[in-house]
Formats: sequence, C-alpha cells, structure tokens
Amino acid sequence: MTAGERTPLLEARGVVKSFGRVRALRGANFAVHAGEVVALVGDNGAGKSTLVKTLAGVHHPDDGQLLVDGRAVAFHSPVDAREHGIEVVYQDLALAAELQPAANLYLGREIMRRGLLGKLGFLDDREMKKRGDGAFHDLGVRIQDTNASVAAMSGGQRQGVAVARAVMWANRVVFMDEPTAALGVVQTRNVLDLIKRVRERGIAVVLISHNMPEVLEVADRVEVLRLGRRVARFERGNVTMEEIVGAMTGAIEHEKEKDA
Amino acid sequence: MTDAAKTEPAEAIALEDDLDAAPPAPWWARLVGGSSIWIGMILVGLIAAFAIVEPSTFVSVANARNISTDAAILLVLAVGQTFIIITAGIDLSVGSILVFAGVISAKVMDAVGGEGTGTIVAGLIGALVAGGAWGLLNGFLVAKANITPLIVTLGTFGMALGAALVITGGIDERDVPYDLIDSVGTGRLFGEIPWLVVIALAVAAVFGVLLAKTRFGRFTLAVGSNKEAARRAGINVDRHLMKVYTLGGTLAGLAGFLSLARFGTTTIGGHATDNLQSITAVVIGGTSLFGGIGSILGTVFGVFIPAVLQNGFVITGVQPFWQQIAVGAVLIAAVYLDQLRRSRNR
Repeated sequence: MTAGERTPLLEARGVVKSFGRVRALRGANFAVHAGEVVALVGDNGAGKSTLVKTLAGVHHPDDGQLLVDGRAVAFHSPVDAREHGIEVVYQDLALAAELQPAANLYLGREIMRRGLLGKLGFLDDREMKKRGDGAFHDLGVRIQDTNASVAAMSGGQRQGVAVARAVMWANRVVFMDEPTAALGVVQTRNVLDLIKRVRERGIAVVLISHNMPEVLEVADRVEVLRLGRRVARFERGNVTMEEIVGAMTGAIEHEKEKDA
Repeated sequence: MTDAAKTEPAEAIALEDDLDAAPPAPWWARLVGGSSIWIGMILVGLIAAFAIVEPSTFVSVANARNISTDAAILLVLAVGQTFIIITAGIDLSVGSILVFAGVISAKVMDAVGGEGTGTIVAGLIGALVAGGAWGLLNGFLVAKANITPLIVTLGTFGMALGAALVITGGIDERDVPYDLIDSVGTGRLFGEIPWLVVIALAVAAVFGVLLAKTRFGRFTLAVGSNKEAARRAGINVDRHLMKVYTLGGTLAGLAGFLSLARFGTTTIGGHATDNLQSITAVVIGGTSLFGGIGSILGTVFGVFIPAVLQNGFVITGVQPFWQQIAVGAVLIAAVYLDQLRRSRNR
C-alpha cells in the first residue's frame, strides 16, 4: 500500500498539546487512509490517548493542524468530529447498561416518529430496533435477545454493541481504544474479525493496543508514538515485533521533527 | 488455532461468545422481571383480600373514591419524584415546595381578589411558577454546583418551608376562593369521579408517556444509567438534570394547588413526611435508586398500595398503625428485589 500518495481521510500535522507543565504531544503527526487498519502504539505516557482525544474533538490542540480529506478543520467538541464521520469506541465502552442495545446505538441521535408525534418528541423505537438488528446482523454481532438491557449481556456482546454503534455512524474513521483489553481469547478473536470487516467497508480503523501479536495480525500499518511525537511508521509485512518495540523504547528513531 | 479454523468464512466465526452469555429469558421471566407487573399483582391481591374479608364496605364506589382521593395529591408528587430518582437523584424538598407553592397561590388569589375562573387560573400559575422556581434551584445546584441531590434538597426542604412560614407569619392562609374548593377540591366529573383523581391520573398518564415514549424520557433514563455515556453521546446532561428537577418542582407546585383546593387552607404543618411517602411509593413501584430504571405505571401502583392498606385495615377493623409496618416491609422487599435483579444482570 502506498500510503503517502493519496490524500488521507484524517491527518494530524505537528499537533502540540500541553496539560499544565506536562507536554503530552510535541508536534505529533498522524495519518490514516480509507480502508486501512492503523495501529497506534507507544509506551504508557507516549501520548496515544491525548492524540486520539484530539483527533476525536475531546481536546483542542494548542498548535498544529487537523485535516479531513486534506482540508483543515477545527473540532470544538466530539459532536463536531462525529459530524465528520469520526467515531470512538472508548475503553469503558460508554454504554447505558440499563437501556436496550438499539437505544444505545441511537443515544443522542434518536430516530423520531414522523409528523406531529415526532415534533412532540416521540421516538420511533420500532424503526431503531429494526435498523439496530440489521446493523448487528451485518457486522456479525450476535445478541440473543435485543429486547434485554445491555446490563444482561456478556463482555463480548457489550463490546459488539459499542463497536456496532461506532461503525454505524462512522463513514471515515473509527478509533478503538484497547478494544480487547478486557476480553477472553474467543471474544478477542471475534473483535479482530470485526475490525477486518469494518475495514472492508472502506472505513479506516485506528487501533490503540499494547498487544503486539494482535497489532501484527490485524494492522496494515503501525505508527509509533514516543514522548508525544511520531517516531516511526511501519508497513505490514516488513516489520518485526522487535522493531516496533525498539521504536517504542527509543532504540530506533526514523522520523526527526522535520516538518513540525 | 489450527489452519482449518483460520480458513473458515467470516460468517462462521461471528461475534458470538456462548461461554458466558445467558440464554434469552422466557416470557414469564421477562414479565416478572418487569417489576411494575408483579407490583401490580400485589396491589390486585391486596384489593382481592380486603374484598373477600369485607365485601360490603370495601367494595363500593364511595370507598374507591375515598382511597383514590387520598392518593391523588401524593401521586402528583410521586410522578415528579420518579423522574428525579431515575436520574439517580432524590428530592426531599417536595413537601415543602408543595406548602410554599400553596402559600404563593393563596396570596396571588387573594391579591387578584374575588371568585371566578380568572382568579383560580392566576392561583394555578402562581403555584406552578413558585414550585418550578424551587425545582430549578435544586437542578442548578445538583447539575452546575455538583452538590449531591440529598444535600441540595435537604437544604431546600428547610428553606422552602421556612420561606412559607416567613411569608405567612406561621399562620395558615384560609382565604381560598370557594369556587376553587367547590370545583377542583370537591367536585366530580360526571358526578362520580373526583376532579382531584381525574387530574392526578391525567398527570400520571401524560408523564408516563413522556417517560416511556419520548426523547425527554430516553435522555432521563440514559443520564441515570450512565451520565458519562450520555455526555459522550452528545446529550447536554447538566441542562437535562435541571429540566428534570424543574419538572419535579413544578409538579410539587401543582400538588400544592390541589391541596389548597381540597382542604381550603395552606396546611403548612401537614407535609413534613410527603418526601418520604413519595420516595416510598416510587421505590415500591420498581424505580431503581441507582438510576436508569423506572416507570410511572409502577409509581401509580406504589402510591395505591399504602393507600389501600390504610383503608383496608380501617374497614376490616385492624389497627391502622399496622399500615406503617406493612408499607415499611413492602419497601424493603422492593429494594431487595431490585438489588437481586441487578446482581443477576452484572
């Protein structure tokens, strides 16, 4: 894949973000293209979470540029990022456990009844359930009883609901923050398969993970953050676990602060 | 993992994890799990029991009227309390807001003067605005100042009653228009159903639909279920909490107006335990104190169970003090069942 020649779906250039005296991002670059899975790796404190939250509109960069399809944008809130088709699956999933799966898929973006009832605030629960069941089916998320609340579901199923929600609304990028950290072997397998299926839809997936075998299996590219900067990019197939770890720890450094 | 497993098509390795997933609940379990159903059955059982013991006096239009009239004002309070408890909050101030709104309403009607619809409507608006203002203050302190609802409403519980006492000098206002008492207070629809009951059931119906069928209700449940998830979904959680507390205050204001109509006086000293009674009714009705779960139908049952017990004990000759013991036991049982349900789900 020749990533450099096409316009990225989402790109960060020289992003700087400080919290008080802590410089979390020091001119970080990042790019993701349509239909690819990019693993964002780095040691604790490398700035992964801050970068993702900046790209998702949670944080505002102190300096640097965000570009969507090559055009500069400014996200003032997560809602702005979502309007550009960028969704995040948070580590804690951010589901309302007492609500049903469909209500979670559409939370904050409910389908309203037509006509007067809709203007009065009435929800079209039947339509949301129908489309929600369709979304679960398309993604291969198996939920035995979509009338039960999320609280009654297993960890893997909850993960499925959270991923399905992100994929349903994203038309550019889905960020997944350690999606397999709390899962067992079978469930992890299923989430990785799900990531591949999302990629097939032409949506970019950014996977934040500490699990190197997982990264090597599913990622088309690996971008390595260290001390708030991107220090290396690897293509799938010509990288070993040792090289990635070397870049994470500072033993290998490809990119200097050239264009920041 | 073997090579054979790897080459299976994607569909075959769909996201299923049968290892720890529970099978779907059968229909009867879902019925029992929906707690407003079994609470309704308890109510029906109580009514049946009293009807068998004392068929002639318990089963009569007049007695049904008595029970529902006694329950009507509490029901209006409990509807607001339901919304607040669903957000994982609590409102201890409802009884004091009721009193304060009643005092303001009486003062407004006194100032407008005379009898007639115009005066009564002015009194109603005064009660609703006075109640809503206290509710808005509750909501602001809970959402924006981040003070726990228990403390906020314990504070306004004292403040609203104190303010009512300051305004009246501690003496009940008795100049309530006779037209109000005659119509809303003691009048009946079709000569049979007390207007108080009609109004209370209409309030329950409207807000029951609001909770179950509209975006406002969905946001209320979501905020109570997981505030952070609601926030990340783009819901303005602070503003929604303020709306819910304002709704609770406004309904307490309406209850104050109804109380004024029923008793013809502001009954300043008579509402110290309204908060506990309304919370009891809501919780018996299956609304979870942890937030995210609740229904107005359950609250209606929860209001009527203590009312039926009280009335039934009097009629069957049991010391009515037993009612307090029975209601307390039902309350504890309801919360215990709620906890069981949650631990099963997690």
